[in-house]
Amino acid sequence: MNLEEYKGVYVFAQQVDNEINSIAFELIGKGKDLAEALGTEVTAVLVGSDVKGLADELAEYGADKVIVVDDPELKEYRTEPYAHALASVINEYKPEIFLVGATAIGRDLGPRVSARIHTGLTADCTQLEIGDFPINPVPGKEQKHNQLLMTRPAFGGNTIATIACPDFRPQMATVRPGVMQKRAKVAGAKANVIEFNPGFTPDNKYVEILKVVKAVTDTVDIMDAKILVSGGRGVGSAENFKLLDDLAEVLGATVSCSRAVVDAGWKSKDLQVGQTGKTVRPNVYFAIGISGAIQHLAGMEESDIIIAINKDETAPIFDVADYGIVGDLNKIVPALTEKLKAEIAAK
Amino acid sequence: MKIVVCIKQVPDTKGGVKFNPDGTLDRAAMMTIMNPDDKAGLEAALRLKDQYGAEVTVITMGLPKAEDVLREAIAMGADKGILVTDRVLGGADTWATSQTLAGAIRNLEYDLIITGRQAIDGDTAQVGPQISEHLNIPVISYAQKIEIDGDSVIVERQYDDRYHVLKAKMPCLITALAELNEPRYMTPGGIFDACEAEITVWGRANLVDVDDSNLGLKGSPTQIAKASDKVRKGAGEKVTLDTAEAVDYIVGKMKEKHVI
Repeated sequence: MNLEEYKGVYVFAQQVDNEINSIAFELIGKGKDLAEALGTEVTAVLVGSDVKGLADELAEYGADKVIVVDDPELKEYRTEPYAHALASVINEYKPEIFLVGATAIGRDLGPRVSARIHTGLTADCTQLEIGDFPINPVPGKEQKHNQLLMTRPAFGGNTIATIACPDFRPQMATVRPGVMQKRAKVAGAKANVIEFNPGFTPDNKYVEILKVVKAVTDTVDIMDAKILVSGGRGVGSAENFKLLDDLAEVLGATVSCSRAVVDAGWKSKDLQVGQTGKTVRPNVYFAIGISGAIQHLAGMEESDIIIAINKDETAPIFDVADYGIVGDLNKIVPALTEKLKAEIAAK
Repeated sequence: MKIVVCIKQVPDTKGGVKFNPDGTLDRAAMMTIMNPDDKAGLEAALRLKDQYGAEVTVITMGLPKAEDVLREAIAMGADKGILVTDRVLGGADTWATSQTLAGAIRNLEYDLIITGRQAIDGDTAQVGPQISEHLNIPVISYAQKIEIDGDSVIVERQYDDRYHVLKAKMPCLITALAELNEPRYMTPGGIFDACEAEITVWGRANLVDVDDSNLGLKGSPTQIAKASDKVRKGAGEKVTLDTAEAVDYIVGKMKEKHVI
């Protein structure tokens, strides 16, 4: 492998139902930083059926170039045709960096693609930068410059590791949604759009989609909420989440939950905060009846203000809370709701 | 039907997590367990065995002590256990791990391979899909329901706001979520079988169609530049107040921070 042949920062522009996922814009935003450090460009790779019209939106968020792989086989996400699309783009255009969102789709697609083209893949990165590897010179070992240094949490968020991929290209990472910043949208910006179709011939690896079942939800995505009222096992039952719903309503907040609540069947998976759920950074995070397992903390500790209510004074949630109240949520939450109602009405 | 289940022995980060005074994880105080997603994968295999009849082989790559999780799996109802262990396999990243497991699985007949979605120590969710790529078979990850239909498997596959019902021809690889099921307990008879069972131990020489350049630390494309225990955000205030005082306290803080 001649590493010098590989140029440019590429990002997978995930779309579902011909709507671009916000992670694509976040990756372009981060990709711009990396491309500026390397003196190169950002290319978005748009894969789907009848998706060419979405290229302009990627340009408005900063993509210099958009490669469109458009084919009827790519209408709904399936691992194989999508893996074939990305692997073919990589073999044809030879990027030095390839970023994929750590979404349910990206975490399925990334490993399949990296295994096909034989390169490394760092999962669930929360920080990306260009630097030297090894970071400090080591006698007898070449220090390579302009490497992608990929930082990620492991051990349920308790360890932070920085990973490099010095001898293979592209350097691939999946990136946690909600962590990287989008650039401001520049209306009317255009990118160089290239259409590329490597050909799609179904084989044993193509699965058949029998049915697509969409969850019906009218709630705000918890990753976009400014205030989250989050409940844990301590809330006690699905019915008792009413207390949290009432508090959320007064504040214009959104209700979220811990994994224990999803496991118990009280709330759906899309409301789960944490390592196996979503990473959130609201202005205010109420942790109510949440003990604060490290997997949960990994998904919310970057919140601006954390207010915890828990009857167990040794609960680990108090280790990250700005304001911790030891007490009975069944008494405090309804009283807080009433008080806030009065305060807001008085304004 | 023949099912291979890949399992991993991991430190238990759930439940009895212990912290050092500086907020880092106290690993010495933690036990090892069968990775929860893998255990759900094993349970899914055992349910297919109960329903359709199947031979379930569990395989793990690790240190010699990883034999414990194979015996636990046999006590739950698995038929055979294979331990892949060799000094030259150490330090493997997900590429080298998936090469190793694929190389071992090439010795076996299988209709279905089931892995957990991800291990709670690395949290990468990569090894399952990578094994499927090396073996050139389809992968269905994030399975929430599995059924057999003739020579195919029908799986509900979870995404953020939807699920797909997918049909794939076997052989196929499926990655399982811990939410898939409630794993069964070991049975007294199973524990007896597990003590008696002979665990097959394979090393480098038993791996089929894998080049040395793809194994262990040397065969790993990713390398660790730096690792550190995360310094957590420090605790703020913690108060114990009666209800009315607690409410005043929270509202006061929210005003102070201009939330309301």
